[in-house]
Amino acid sequence: MIDVDIERRVGDFELKVAFQAEAPVVGLFGRSGSGKTTVVNAIAGILRPRRGRIVINGETLFDSDRGIDVAPERRRLGYVFQDDLLFPHLTVGANLLYGYRRASARVIDPDHVTELLGLRALLNRKPETLSGGERQRVAIGRALLAQPRLLLMDEPLASLDLRRQNEVLRYIEQLRDDLVIPIVYVSHSVAEITRLADTVVLLSEGKSLAVGDVESVMGRLELRPHTGRYEAGAVIETSVMSHDVEYGLTALGFAGGQLVVPNVEALVGERVRVRIRARDISIALERPNAVSILNVLEARVTAISQEEGAIVDVGMTVGDTPLVARITRKSLAGLDLRPGQRIYALIKAVSLDRRSVGYA
Amino acid sequence: MGSRSTAEARAMLSSEELGIILLSLKVALCSVAFSLPLAIIIAYVLARFDFAGKTLLDALVHLPLVLPPVVVGYALLLIFGKQGALGAWLDRWLGIVFAFRWTGAALAAAIMGFPLMVRAIRLSMAAVDRRLETLARTLGAARVRVFVSVTLPLALPGIVTGALLSFARSLGEFGATITFVSNIPGETETLPLAIYSLTQTPGGDAQALRLSIIAVALSIAALIASEWLTRRASSHQRS
Repeated sequence: MIDVDIERRVGDFELKVAFQAEAPVVGLFGRSGSGKTTVVNAIAGILRPRRGRIVINGETLFDSDRGIDVAPERRRLGYVFQDDLLFPHLTVGANLLYGYRRASARVIDPDHVTELLGLRALLNRKPETLSGGERQRVAIGRALLAQPRLLLMDEPLASLDLRRQNEVLRYIEQLRDDLVIPIVYVSHSVAEITRLADTVVLLSEGKSLAVGDVESVMGRLELRPHTGRYEAGAVIETSVMSHDVEYGLTALGFAGGQLVVPNVEALVGERVRVRIRARDISIALERPNAVSILNVLEARVTAISQEEGAIVDVGMTVGDTPLVARITRKSLAGLDLRPGQRIYALIKAVSLDRRSVGYA
Repeated sequence: MGSRSTAEARAMLSSEELGIILLSLKVALCSVAFSLPLAIIIAYVLARFDFAGKTLLDALVHLPLVLPPVVVGYALLLIFGKQGALGAWLDRWLGIVFAFRWTGAALAAAIMGFPLMVRAIRLSMAAVDRRLETLARTLGAARVRVFVSVTLPLALPGIVTGALLSFARSLGEFGATITFVSNIPGETETLPLAIYSLTQTPGGDAQALRLSIIAVALSIAALIASEWLTRRASSHQRS
């Protein structure tokens, strides 16, 4: 449980952020200058809020009223900075163990982290010989080995190119599932937040505007000016059922059916998170035959947005899994959709590309 | 001097010359060894903190660089002399005497070399990324630990440079030394003092020249060592 309620003023910039979140990954989302880094710095104890309270898992780290301000080295929070800050005078191995040596309760094992982050071959190297992605992985491993109760990640992918971003993102997903450490993940990227976060805190100009699960916050129309071009959609948790080697496809099972997507690099049984954009779902009243679309899911309409414009959102459930389809108002009228109606959701497999499939 | 001993003296160092060189090295090494810890702390304070009186501290550290050395020597005599406030106290309670002792020469050398030392260390400490220190704290290291495990090793090239600059300066110290501890052969007569008194002595020119060449050699050796150590320290850090 992360409970933050802080105020701080720097020049004209007034920060006033309050949120409570209980989730494996809490995303702090907002444009640059919205105060995201200030919030994590306050949680880490690097910045002192003028007023407020920070409580992590029941332990008060800061409370201006009670005069509590725990020193950063005693907070037991792993901090991964925006740019991979490694100690240049130490080897990768010594970097990894910097916090571990000082930790008292050692639950997270160096061998395990080394394996998990693929650092085995790098242990004797010096930081300057590593690629950006490798450095960031070392920084993450070092933070983990300090045995934190919470991991703070401030735009950990910002200094990486797209390929490295994907590489590091995969590792973050793996450690989230493997080590069960809650993460506060700061980003201005919708893709990263939706792929990783369960709960999102939307920040704008130093204020927390909304807190909630990713879809409900990001999908809210009145927050559009702050969330930017966000594509409405739904995230579903699936697990890998089988691979079709001949056609390069993967079948993913979820509560309510099966989804075929282009090849996912995961083992059968592994959990995978898929984000389906609303505009990638078409609706049919009868099961179509002779159609190129691979995913035809039986669904039931739950809600229809009331809108004047050309576009409407149709909420539905497939089994117990909620999805959203975005269609024209004309189609809505033509199909005469109403809540409770049984329909078929059509999803092109090719619309579920690498960016929308992540490891859950 | 007879012809035999001149020939011998030309071939190698006389015991008298060797004594002068060893004394000079002893004075310079002690001055560096004792001033280095203080210089590191002051450099760190100047590089990292803002406080009332910082300018004053900075000026005080730099004073020996701009004052005539004779003035520094005279001030030392007033403060650390047998009758000086601090000198009398140190003598009575700790049995430490600076006046007219080689320890006094080391003290004078340390003070004259101090600004150079602090400057070099301060520059390299200011260049250490503060975020690395912050990061170390989030990893569980308390302030002192951070200083020892991050700041010091990263500032090592500057510390080496500062120490060697101060060492070279100590080897050459003249004005403050002769004012404070006078020129006592075997006790306070370092290389520069010996060279000076030889130039004042009829027939001492040849020996003054020999000692000067030795002084040049020592200084060059110190500079080469500094260069080598700095390079080693920074390559140790990077690759």
